[in-house]
Amino acid sequence: MKTRKEKTGFRIPDLSRAAGPISSIVAIAVGLMIGFIILLISNPARALEGFAWIIGGGINSAKDLGNVLYYATPIIMTGLSVAFAFRTSLFNIGASGQFIVGALGAVLVGVKCTFLGSFQWVVGLLAAMVFGAVWALIPGLLKAYNNVNEVISCIMTNYIGMYLVNWIVKSTVYHQLTNRSLPVANEANIPKLGLDKLFPGSSINGGFIIAVLICIFAYILLNKTTFGFELKACGYNRFASRYAGISEKRSIIMAMVISGAMAGIGGGLLYLAGSGKYINVEDVLAPEGFTGISVALLGMSHPIGTLFAGLFIAYITVGGSYMQLAGFVPEIIDIITATVIYFAAFALIMRNLLQRFRLRKGGERT
Amino acid sequence: MNTLFFLIQQTMFFTIPLLVVALGGMFSERSGVINIALEGIMIMGGFCSILFISFMQDTMAGQPLLLLAILIAMISGAVFSLLHAYASINMKADQTISGTALNLMAPAVSIFAARMIQPSGVQQIQFTNTFRIAKVPVLGDIPILGDMFFQNVYLTTYIGVAILIIAAILLYKTKFGLRLRACGEHPQAADSVGVNVYRMRYAGVMISGALGGLGGLIFVVTTSTNFNATVAGYGFLALAVLIFGQWNPWRIALAALFFGFMKTISATYSSIPWLVQLQVSGYVYKMIPYIATLVVLVFSSRNSQAPKAAGVPYDQGAR
Repeated sequence: MKTRKEKTGFRIPDLSRAAGPISSIVAIAVGLMIGFIILLISNPARALEGFAWIIGGGINSAKDLGNVLYYATPIIMTGLSVAFAFRTSLFNIGASGQFIVGALGAVLVGVKCTFLGSFQWVVGLLAAMVFGAVWALIPGLLKAYNNVNEVISCIMTNYIGMYLVNWIVKSTVYHQLTNRSLPVANEANIPKLGLDKLFPGSSINGGFIIAVLICIFAYILLNKTTFGFELKACGYNRFASRYAGISEKRSIIMAMVISGAMAGIGGGLLYLAGSGKYINVEDVLAPEGFTGISVALLGMSHPIGTLFAGLFIAYITVGGSYMQLAGFVPEIIDIITATVIYFAAFALIMRNLLQRFRLRKGGERT
Repeated sequence: MNTLFFLIQQTMFFTIPLLVVALGGMFSERSGVINIALEGIMIMGGFCSILFISFMQDTMAGQPLLLLAILIAMISGAVFSLLHAYASINMKADQTISGTALNLMAPAVSIFAARMIQPSGVQQIQFTNTFRIAKVPVLGDIPILGDMFFQNVYLTTYIGVAILIIAAILLYKTKFGLRLRACGEHPQAADSVGVNVYRMRYAGVMISGALGGLGGLIFVVTTSTNFNATVAGYGFLALAVLIFGQWNPWRIALAALFFGFMKTISATYSSIPWLVQLQVSGYVYKMIPYIATLVVLVFSSRNSQAPKAAGVPYDQGAR
């Protein structure tokens, strides 16, 4: 898309800003339509009822809305992690590992460091950030110095991280009976900031606000700073960037580290949410990392888009849990999400159509 | 000696599905389409063929049933991959996006469909494993070699080896292979000499779909007796094996063997006496395959042999 513009040297009007949200909305409409058809096939009598839950379940009550924000928080962070890496042309498929390693950092501080008092949750989140960053440093270093494809090293570090976290949990903060980590101290939970009064009965906490702030921070970093420009430039063309005096090794490493830090914070935000979440000792990769890929793609790899994409997926997930009341399997939500992402991939075609339309209109005017 | 035979047999169980799926991915990427959807394709192929086995096992058993299931797995995988082909070839979509969509779609659809289709209404599909061959006639009696490769095996092991040989010949010794590779390296050049890039890329993706679906069946049949809408991340591991193997069939085979052997050690260390005596935590063995792969990559990734045009949609009008 962008390479084509560069190659032709012909400046075509940049409609990506307009086409972005429009194509996402069209994709969402198509996804919902297919979801409705599936509901009709599986049980025509209750299809309308089920569909109403998908559409309205997330705003059924203040509690549900609060839970939408709570579910959205970790996947916004993993989505942001993947999106940030995408913007620098790295495919961080390792958000899953960075997420759980970050969660380990948060839980270790949350259980062990009770002497920190009311700063415990802050230190816990910082630990999550550092742990996540360190875990992403491995693929970053390997990519920068040894030219190891980051996709493969991220897949490997996902598994290594999962086993390592299980091992450390089992030997330090392990609760034998439930086969999971010990509960964190009360001071380690992120403050509610009055959000629990606003959304009574839900699991929401200040973590959502932190996620929003980090999204804004990522936007500024990528689009308004020299450092962000260097990261992106390096993503477009490693060799041209070196010629322009940018240290490309440093850029690749920093991009991965920041991306990993974000996924790590996501782990911290979820496991310090005070919602009764523990690290289960089982050989399963954290699904939040893979949901993050969906969120990033749906959000067009834009930090603010990622925020809304995370909210959307959380919203229909909450609706989907209600849909079970009408006797439907929750996997229908995954089918809808998959369809939405599939059609979001057609953005380029939609953009071209829009462009042709605009150009024709412009031509008539002159 | 028995330990050695056991290790080799186990290694085959881990290696063959990785090998088959990674070879599938190779055809797709060599034609210029990145296929991150291997995981989803494996699940889809596994789902359709295991469902077939569970419905047909009252009337058939053994190798004929397995052969039919293989056919079903390959067809369903190829059909499912058409979604990816259409998005990335006709619609010029970002290939990572449509691949991710397929990965998300496959488990959801197979859980949904399993609950709808099965009379019991559960998402797991049970089947009876009647496919293991205790001993291949004649060949199984060869000393040592017979113990290693012709006892306690599945037919799919030989099919996997055959696919490797066919894939290597197809890619390097035929007109089709040359054209396919050209489309992945420089599609404009291929087009200028009359190769239909779109058709070649469809062929590449569909071969990857067929082999991915087959890999899904092989994985489930050799490791389990029920299908629960997952192939345990093997599609992603196959992707790693593909990159590890530098998009070359023989190197992919080596990479799959290496990873399969490491995986075998980590899965069976408790039945190997001298490893138990080391008194190391089981988690160390579980991590070894992944760490070892990273270490090997550090020394082998200097020159990447990735197809130059992989991931770039082909636009006939582009200059």
